[in-house]
This record gives sequence, C-alpha cells and structure tokens, in this order.
Amino acid sequence: MRDEPLVLGIETSCDETGIGIVRGHTLLADALASSVDQHARFGGVVPEVASRAHLEAMVPTMQRALDEAGVTLADIDAIAVTSGPGLAGALLVGVAAAKGYALAAEKPIYGVNHLAAHVAVDTLEHGPLPEPAIAMLVSGGHSSLLLVDDLTAGVTPLGATIDDAAGEAFDKVARLLGLGFPGGPIIDRTAVSGDSRKIAFPRGLTAPKDQAAHRFDFSFSGLKTAVARWVEARERAGEPVPVADVSASFQEAVCDVLTAKAIDACLTNGVKTLVIGGGVAANSRLRVLAEQRAAKHGILVRVPRPGLCTDNGAMVAALGSHLVAAGVAPSRLDLPADSAMSLTEVSVAG
Amino acid sequence: MLVLALDTATPASTAALVEVTADGLFGVAESRTVDPRAHGEKLAPEIAAVLAEAGYRPRDLTAIVAGLGPGPYTGLRVGLATAASMGQALDIPTYGVCSLDGLGRAAGPGRVLIATDARRREVYFATYQDGERLTGPDVAKPADVAALLAAGSLPADSLGSGPLDAGSLGASSLGAGPLAAGLLGDAVGGGLAGLVDRAAGEGALKYGDLFGVPVEEHLLYPPGAALVALAAAKIRGEAPSEVLTPLYLRRPDAVEPAARKPVLT
Ligand SMILES: [Zn+2]
Repeated sequence: MRDEPLVLGIETSCDETGIGIVRGHTLLADALASSVDQHARFGGVVPEVASRAHLEAMVPTMQRALDEAGVTLADIDAIAVTSGPGLAGALLVGVAAAKGYALAAEKPIYGVNHLAAHVAVDTLEHGPLPEPAIAMLVSGGHSSLLLVDDLTAGVTPLGATIDDAAGEAFDKVARLLGLGFPGGPIIDRTAVSGDSRKIAFPRGLTAPKDQAAHRFDFSFSGLKTAVARWVEARERAGEPVPVADVSASFQEAVCDVLTAKAIDACLTNGVKTLVIGGGVAANSRLRVLAEQRAAKHGILVRVPRPGLCTDNGAMVAALGSHLVAAGVAPSRLDLPADSAMSLTEVSVAG
Repeated sequence: MLVLALDTATPASTAALVEVTADGLFGVAESRTVDPRAHGEKLAPEIAAVLAEAGYRPRDLTAIVAGLGPGPYTGLRVGLATAASMGQALDIPTYGVCSLDGLGRAAGPGRVLIATDARRREVYFATYQDGERLTGPDVAKPADVAALLAAGSLPADSLGSGPLDAGSLGASSLGAGPLAAGLLGDAVGGGLAGLVDRAAGEGALKYGDLFGVPVEEHLLYPPGAALVALAAAKIRGEAPSEVLTPLYLRRPDAVEPAARKPVLT
C-alpha cells in the first residue's frame, strides 16, 4: 500500500513567511516567520519591507519545517505555493523559492489560490468538507463570501468588500483609539470590558436598497468614519472617550454584518456548512455570534484554530494535497505570481 | 565542478552552466531572456533548459553563484530566492557576487564605467580598472555620474577590500543620498581626470550620451561565466556557503503615518 502523498506548502502573500508540510490530510509541520513587528510603526504592511523579510526568512523557515516533520526535500511528493492574490513583490519571493525547490528536487509544483487555501486548511482539523459549503474569509487583506462547489476545481465568489477589508477596519479603529497594531486582537481584548450596545454604529450595505446590487458584499469604510466622528466629537467636547465601549460597539457592528450575510448566503444557496477563515476568524465575538445564528437554521460552523486562520504554510500544503489527491495536473515552471489571481482559478493550469 | 550562475539584477534573466577546473573555466550553456517584468516567470524554465541542453541533472551541480545586484529589488530577489532554495535542496554552497563586477570583469583591460538601470531615472554604477573595481557600487542620477567623471572624482570604494558585505554597504550608501556632498571630496587618487575611457552595461547604453565615452553595446548584462570567475577561488577552495543578501542601495519607501486627520467639519 502506498503512503499518502507528502506535500509541502509555501505562503508569502503578505507579511508571514509560512512553510507547511502535510501527509495526506495530516499536518506534520507548520513553520512561520512574521515581519509584523517591522510594519507596526507604519500602521500597516509595507510591501518592500515584507518582501525583504520573506527572502531572509525562506531558507531558515524551510529548515525548521523539514526538521519539525522529520523529512527531507527529497521525500516530498509535491510542492504547492501561493501564486496569488496578494502583494506582488511578496508573492514573487515565495514563487521563485518554490520553483528552486521543485527544480532542484525534481518535484511537481502547484501554484495555488490563497483564498481557496484558507478554506482547505479547515479539512486538516475537521475532516472532509461537505460540498457545497459557504466560506467566509475575513482578514486584513480580504473579506469574501464564497460558494465552494469543489475545492480543487472551482470556487464561486458571492461577494467581497467594496472598500476596506474587515481586518483593515480593525487596524484603523485601533489606531484612532491609540491601541496599536495589529488591531484585531487588541480590539477583541479591549471590547471584553465594554458595552456593545452603547453606540449604534452603522451596518454597511445592509439597507433594503443595497440588497439588489450588494446583497453579499461588505463595506467597512463608512463604519470606520463613523467611529472616527464619534470619538472626535467626544474629544472636542472635552469628554473622556470610553475606549472599551467604542471597541465593543464597533466590533459588534462588524460581526453583526459578517454573520448576517454569511447565514443569508447559506440559506439562499441551501448550504448547511459555513467555514470561516482569515485572521478575523480568530475574533471571539465573531465565532460566538456565527454559531448562535447558524444554530437557529441547523447550519454547522467550522472555524480552524486561530493559528491556522491567519496566513500560514499549512493551508497551502492542505490545498496542494487536495489537488494531488484529485489528480489535478501540476503547474509549469513559468507559473506567475499573480497579485490579482481570480477566485475561479484554484490552481494555475499546467 | 559544474557551477550554475544566476543573475536577475538587470532586465535580463540569466542562467548559465560553467565548468570550473583546477586551472580554468569553461562555459557549458547559457540562457538569457530580456524582459524587466518577467524574471519570476523566465528564470526557472531557463535553468531547466540549460541543464537539459547540456545533458545534466540538478544533482550534478557543485555550487551556485548568484548576482547580488545592485538591481531593481523585485526582479533581483527572484534570482536570489531561486539560488538559495536550490542550494538548500541540493545541499551545495551558494556564493554571492556583485552583478556590476560581472560586467566589469567581462569588460577586460582598461578603465571602464559600468552602469545599469536603477529606474527612477537613476543608475547603479561602479568603475573598474582591468576588471578590478575601483569605486562603487552606488546609485545616482546619470547627470551626476557624468559630472563626477568630468571632475575626475568618484566616491571611494564603498566595499573596501574585504569580502562583499551587504550590511555595511547598505548602511554606507543610505542616509542623505548616495552621492552626498561629503563624498564628493573623496577623490580616488588625484589624477583620475578622464577617469574611464569607455562604458558598458544597459544603463550606460541608455544614458550613453551623458557620459561622453564610447559604450560597449555588446556588453549590457552580467555574463554567467564572469560571475563564476569572480567566485572561482571560493568554489575551488570549497569555501563555506554564503547567505545571499541583495545589495540594497536604497531604503524601502515607507512613511510613518501622520497624525490623525479630523473628520468633523
Ligand atoms: Zn489570507
């Protein structure tokens, strides 16, 4: 009997250099190097800084992953790498490195879609994904609702943010409250002691008039501005800003919209499984609210553990393993780094 | 000893195989594509092609030599990421050399200005005598390089005589601008008026009218064999593998956010 394939995944689409190794759908290693600290003083990810960090981190992170899994590159059956979407210069470092590994070790290479990988990673923890499923991917770089018909062949985009990503809104609000970067975990912690009903912040694209054109789209720019106005009005009046209440009320507005639209997408498509991924999936309020609302409709919510929600190499390896298992042809050595890679493309055709 | 040379510091993606023997270098195969936006797509197939053309497999390689730039960063990193990952996978040493030195070496006898396109209407440049670097590498506007040449004065050798040290190079060249006023006084010897008698590199071709010396139009990109020649002693001596750090001559463009702008009017 043949062993399940040993697949290596490389992720460099933003500020995390991730190398993951799976055997079949079992996670063997997940090594990560982050440049997040280098971006903190800029209040957001600086692409050139991220690209420099990826190049420095690649070889040592690979070594850690191989050591953790107890394998060598010669043992690997296939190499998967994030081809897009993401920061062009950052993606290019991962793609070039992946080609070097594939070329030298004479292994097939798969250029894969970062968003599909966010969905695939859940199968490492929760087993095969019932298809079709709805996936909601929310992070500093993306906010999307997807209908997953077949993880290895096609994903249908239902909606996405029309302005800021959900995680970006957390970053910007944390900054205007003077809480630091990245904003997601800080707001989550700060909100615990606040009253989420204290301030009625707007819910973007939820009005009846938005249903026709933007039923499954998101908008967080107006919310961010509303928070800024509210805070500034208090400051001008010489009143203290109730940071915990603002955090809780802002977080509630984001989570309310995200979960309402995700459940609507499940009901509209007759889907009973909702997968949530991306860094914002680690938000405690989002998880609770999604589960409460889904339970009312008999929908099962699947959320990977926080370390697998944020960008990592395991997710890329997981998707690569699904592609190998499905007999999908590998990509060619001229596969591009595609910063605007379409969701309809799960892997770069060979 | 079969050596792979890679360079993506210019619009060219170059992959070359060179045989290094005890007393010589022999070019085996070379592939080059000139497309400033396609290093990421072109380089790996070129490596596969030169290996196939020569009838070798990756495991036959003894070492990898990579051009560290200076060059536009996005493309430059493609060559270095590829070289580093191949070296790791094959467990063979990687050596970094200055890409301008490859051109300087290939230019041969005489005094030569090597200039490559740094974009933003600037060039990366260095000067050479008989293949040995005299000054640079540095980055500046072509007109400023021309003025320095006319004055017979170029900044002192940023690299010193020791091994390539990307960290100290980056530090020395950052700051108030690569050709800060202070450097202008550091003439290299007094008598280098008419510092060079010709120029090479695609930056020299692009801005050749400004430099006022003949441009060698056949020598625009670093040849693989010249890069290997620069590392030949290390290859023969089985020197320890080197971390491939790009010669970054500029700081990342990034600004810290300004104070919050009011949203109430
Ligand atoms: Zn992501």
